[in-house]
Amino acid sequence: MLIDFFLNVKNSGINVTLKELLDLVNALDKRIINPKIEEFYYLSRSIMIKDEKYYDRFDRAFSIFFEGVENLDVDFLKDEIPEEWLRKQFEKTLTKEERKKIESLDDLEELMKKFMETFNEQKNRHQGGGKWIGTGGTSPYGAYGSNPFGIRIGQDGNRNFSAAKVWDKRKYMNLDDDVEVGTRNIKVALKKLRKFKRINGNDELDIDETIKKTANNGGYVDIRLKPERKNQVKVLLFFDVGGSMDPYIKLCEELFSAAKYEFKNMEYFYFHNFIYEGVWNNNDRREEVVEIKDIVNKYGSDYKIIFVGDASMGIYEITHINGSIEHYNEKPGESYFYQIKNHFDRVAWLNPIPKEEWEYSQSISYTKHLIENKMFNFTIDGVNQAVKYLSK
Amino acid sequence: MKKFTSTNSYIATHDLELAVNSSMILEKPLLIKGEPGTGKTLLAEEIAKSIDTNIIKWHIKSTTKAQQGLYEYDAITRLRDSQLGDSRIQDISNYIVKGKLWEAFEAKKKVVLLIDEIDKADIEFPNDLLLELDKMEFYVYETKENIVAKNRPIVIITSNNEKELPDAFLRRCIFHYIKFPERDTMEQIIAVHFPKIKKKLLSEALDVFFELRDVPGLKKNPSTSELIDWMKLLLSDDIPRDVLLERDESKAIPPLHGALIKNEQDVQMLERLRFMLRRGK
Repeated sequence: MLIDFFLNVKNSGINVTLKELLDLVNALDKRIINPKIEEFYYLSRSIMIKDEKYYDRFDRAFSIFFEGVENLDVDFLKDEIPEEWLRKQFEKTLTKEERKKIESLDDLEELMKKFMETFNEQKNRHQGGGKWIGTGGTSPYGAYGSNPFGIRIGQDGNRNFSAAKVWDKRKYMNLDDDVEVGTRNIKVALKKLRKFKRINGNDELDIDETIKKTANNGGYVDIRLKPERKNQVKVLLFFDVGGSMDPYIKLCEELFSAAKYEFKNMEYFYFHNFIYEGVWNNNDRREEVVEIKDIVNKYGSDYKIIFVGDASMGIYEITHINGSIEHYNEKPGESYFYQIKNHFDRVAWLNPIPKEEWEYSQSISYTKHLIENKMFNFTIDGVNQAVKYLSK
Repeated sequence: MKKFTSTNSYIATHDLELAVNSSMILEKPLLIKGEPGTGKTLLAEEIAKSIDTNIIKWHIKSTTKAQQGLYEYDAITRLRDSQLGDSRIQDISNYIVKGKLWEAFEAKKKVVLLIDEIDKADIEFPNDLLLELDKMEFYVYETKENIVAKNRPIVIITSNNEKELPDAFLRRCIFHYIKFPERDTMEQIIAVHFPKIKKKLLSEALDVFFELRDVPGLKKNPSTSELIDWMKLLLSDDIPRDVLLERDESKAIPPLHGALIKNEQDVQMLERLRFMLRRGK
């Protein structure tokens, strides 16, 4: 049963290994807990889960598993469920935001109607899957699914142990972030950008020089020191903000600011869709414009430039005078882009849109051409390639 | 061995107690995460108190290296001493400076070793301590001796989530996330700190506090430690009760807010919110 439980947790997308299973067995063997299901829940959680963002997934997996064990014979759908009761269950399980979402998305009545249709269509008890009523699926009807607009067919009233269990409360729902590009991976990738030089202050023993001087002194030790190595890489980042890129920006900023300590100098700029006369220093204060010509004058050509954007727009926004959707631009966007491209030695573009789709978008293909194919996917692999190119 | 439970100075929820006890029994490091100010560091001290032993604290900074926790070999002093003909140089162990881990390994009885804010260090830092924390031993190359823990210390590691920790490291730990206390737990916590507080004042202060935490968009949410500071101020100033109650009317934000809100933008935002609220009435 423990092994089934373990596999169940693993299948729910949590990375658990054999070591954790063995630890759990060991812990049970040492009688740390009383034989109570709550205690087992806490124990297995602290041993198997190593990040609070998986708490919610664990709660769900735990719930599904023990549901199966304790309620093998209970079939919710054998008898017809009174609509009144269902509705109550349904409304109870929604959080405030979800309720709001529902209001904007789907009328409650409509959802109920659809549910009844599905219910009539379905003959058997069902678990998993995307359409039928049952447990654990993504269909909007059933229990423990991941569809926020779903109808949850209640667990609370129908079970033989005490109501409102900890794992049913789903307290950690907000902590599950599902970020695909892990901060740690990106940081490790960005670390490769480092370039060390020795500057400032003598604080490291210079062994070669000490040996040489000591030999010259006829054996009398003459200690020599040299400066510590410091990272010399300087980076300018340009973020596309507004519209399609907004979901990514927060993530990007966090990623790069976390990596900030790795670099000697790192500055952010923001633009909308494409580069024109100026960019913003601060996304909240767009009146403070930094002109491209000032950037080119101020920063040396050894700065590494990284654009982060989806490059998805009308092609005229790049190639035409007055192509910008926000203001009148005297020269086409691409001419400003060339100012940057020509001044700096290393320029790369990170694009969160999957690589396979690039060729179908005119503006992405064109931007890729402008940047001489130095456009990379915003994935671990892509960032690695970009870093490799930038650090050459 | 004694089990860890809530003490009369520290309230631990049941799941936290269980996590601490399983880490003690399984002899694995306990990794504690949670919002700042939920008592992560304090926990280690309380564990030490409850099993009646000493605590060794190792505070991690961005420049801390794993090796510093084990030992450091002071080669330069030795080289200098050799020039002066000091007899100390014959014994290399005179120049080995012991680190916190070594101290903990050597201790006569089981101690609590706190590795505080491990996420501050370089991302490879936890990886460098894998073997040492797993086997509780390390090798000193200079003196060719193997240091093995006499009593495996209870290792408590705290993290503020600034950096992600490597999987291999996590796999060796027991993990617990301290959730922000709910109202009744919070009442217990306050009662522990201020046993004489009036029930009414407590419940009103908590109202203000939880209301404040519900304000969306605050840069820094007030936490338990801030609440305790604030209560201290309230009690010492002997604020009349009605000041707390009239918060909706003329006063923009809670009295003595300096203890609760640590950011001037947050103060401004609250004032703006109150203003809008009043105008809306």
